[in-house]
Amino acid sequence: MADRLLRSREMILAVAIGAMILLISLRFPAFAEPANLGRVFNDTAILVMLALGQMAVILTKSIDLSVAANLALNGMVVAMLNSAFPGIPIPALILLAILLGAALGAVNGLMVWKLDIPPIVATLGTLTIYRGLIFVVSGGAWVNAHEMSPAFKDLPRAALGLPALSWIALGVIGLAWLLYTRTATGRAFHAVGGNANAAVYAGIDTGRTRFAAYVLSGAIAGLCGYLWVARYAVAYVDIAGGFELDVIAACVIGGVSIAGGIGSVAGAVLGALFLGVIKNALPVVNISPFWQLAISGSAIIIAVAFNARAERRKGRVILRTAEHRA
Amino acid sequence: MSRETPESRLESRPDSRRAIPDRLSTPGARLLRSWEALLLAVAVAIFVANCFASPYFLDPWNLSDATFNFTEKAMIAFPMALLIIAGEIDLSVAAIIALASTIMGMAAEAGFGTPALVLVGLGVGLVCGAVNGTLVTRFGLPSIVVTIGTMSLFRGIAYIILGDQAYTSYPPGFDYFGQGYVFWVISFEFVLFAALAVLFGVLLRRTSFGRMVYAVGNNPMAARFSGLRVGRIRFLLFLMTGLLSGVAAICLTSRLGSTRPSIALGWELEIVTMVVLGGVSILGGAGTIAGVVIAAFVLGMVTFGFGLLNVPGIVMSIFIGLLLIAVIALPRLAARLAPRRA
Repeated sequence: MADRLLRSREMILAVAIGAMILLISLRFPAFAEPANLGRVFNDTAILVMLALGQMAVILTKSIDLSVAANLALNGMVVAMLNSAFPGIPIPALILLAILLGAALGAVNGLMVWKLDIPPIVATLGTLTIYRGLIFVVSGGAWVNAHEMSPAFKDLPRAALGLPALSWIALGVIGLAWLLYTRTATGRAFHAVGGNANAAVYAGIDTGRTRFAAYVLSGAIAGLCGYLWVARYAVAYVDIAGGFELDVIAACVIGGVSIAGGIGSVAGAVLGALFLGVIKNALPVVNISPFWQLAISGSAIIIAVAFNARAERRKGRVILRTAEHRA
Repeated sequence: MSRETPESRLESRPDSRRAIPDRLSTPGARLLRSWEALLLAVAVAIFVANCFASPYFLDPWNLSDATFNFTEKAMIAFPMALLIIAGEIDLSVAAIIALASTIMGMAAEAGFGTPALVLVGLGVGLVCGAVNGTLVTRFGLPSIVVTIGTMSLFRGIAYIILGDQAYTSYPPGFDYFGQGYVFWVISFEFVLFAALAVLFGVLLRRTSFGRMVYAVGNNPMAARFSGLRVGRIRFLLFLMTGLLSGVAAICLTSRLGSTRPSIALGWELEIVTMVVLGGVSILGGAGTIAGVVIAAFVLGMVTFGFGLLNVPGIVMSIFIGLLLIAVIALPRLAARLAPRRA
């Protein structure tokens, strides 16, 4: 029953995305061409990956508002290292970004796990701290395209049928699917958010699981930090400013419940793609890009309303639904 | 927002603020140990440090200018404190400022006078608050996500209207709200801030509505069974937050004399920081307006003092982030260490 509901949720999203593409292609056939759809996916790849990391955190009934700042800090660090020491091999830089991202995520996780700080407060604090650190590290200066080595900039563009950025995103989706559905840690994310007490009785360390979710979210943010900076070939203090809300929006639209415990890899990916298709379609259908913010806002509200209905029908805890009506 | 459920009760600790002690300590002792006292000590320390750090700090006009750093944000922080005490949150406040300011700009362009602009600002705030309140109370949606959504929606509408343009022509007299002085160095905004502080302090502390807000935040189920109209109280709080966002929009627009859709960007986080720093529990059920007032001064003085020392704004934000985490973490650490000694 629950499984069917979840699947129908992803079906609705897939149909909505398909319908959107179809409608646009009636007027502008070029939009639905595989090459262009590939471009749309490539443009959304970073959002997809970040949504998959954020999903782990939201599943455990927490939230990570610091992802975009984490991404930007890592991007700045690797860009500065690259411009100062062009000799460092790119894989080493990527590894560094992932490790540093994971460490920044671990800071969030430790505060939530060991100090019991509410997740919103903790990540709100680190959001401003990480952003500020970018300024401290860079002195407010930009790292421009000509200061980066060609290898650094070219990696996300290297094409093997699809750009490498898309391949990386596909790889992350595959790994995420394995993690969330085939490993004990992945199931623990669901368990902790679904019913923390039951999880404890089942032998799951809820604090450690939350910590793991933050580390995962941070590591993905680190990877995306390199990809973002390399793709746009520029690093400055404000890159990806406010992107954390897009990431949370992608999760919510994808059916990840903010109350924890509910969500799927397919949902998060489709939620991100939904936003990506809208973003890429607006200029095509000649609507001012200034409409995008309002449209994604409306999409979030509609999606939450959908989520609430789906959750209510499942009737998980009697008292909690009563509370919601109160 | 996590609420008091049978599950979370199991996790709650004996040191929670709701525990009933055998013997009450004296009011004086409680006051000394209170959050507000700690925060006031921090405020005094920052004030003294500022006096030594820069010779320009103690100038009355400089201090008066410094109040603009926080008055508009604090106006919204008051209803936000009530909202957070009641277990909800509104992240769309800065977007409401943007939308209200944009529509006021439209009205000014159309030739409306100052009184009409004020009504427009308040009206837009009320409508936005009503939208949030309806979505949260009538449809039973979690406020954090709803207001992330309306935050994009409200600011999105401002972007649709304005694009990359700006409204810059406001009628004469409109500049009083943000630039006028009531008496010597006391600005209109500061007087409004003080009046609102008293108003909200009395509302929360001395009226039955205030007690209801605490009740709803502590246990919405028990509040409902006690006959409180929980949904209506929450709705009113969203309405209030929207209205005060409209007030802040009037002051800010008047002070800047121009409107862009990116106006007040990121303020929602600063306002929530102010409220949490003021000792309001993000989990709901506890907090005072006095704490929020002191927090507003602390943040304002930190910003101003660092500004005098030529510290860039973004570095200040590191300090504010650390302050936010420290004030939440320290009492928890202390509480964890205390039982071991006993």
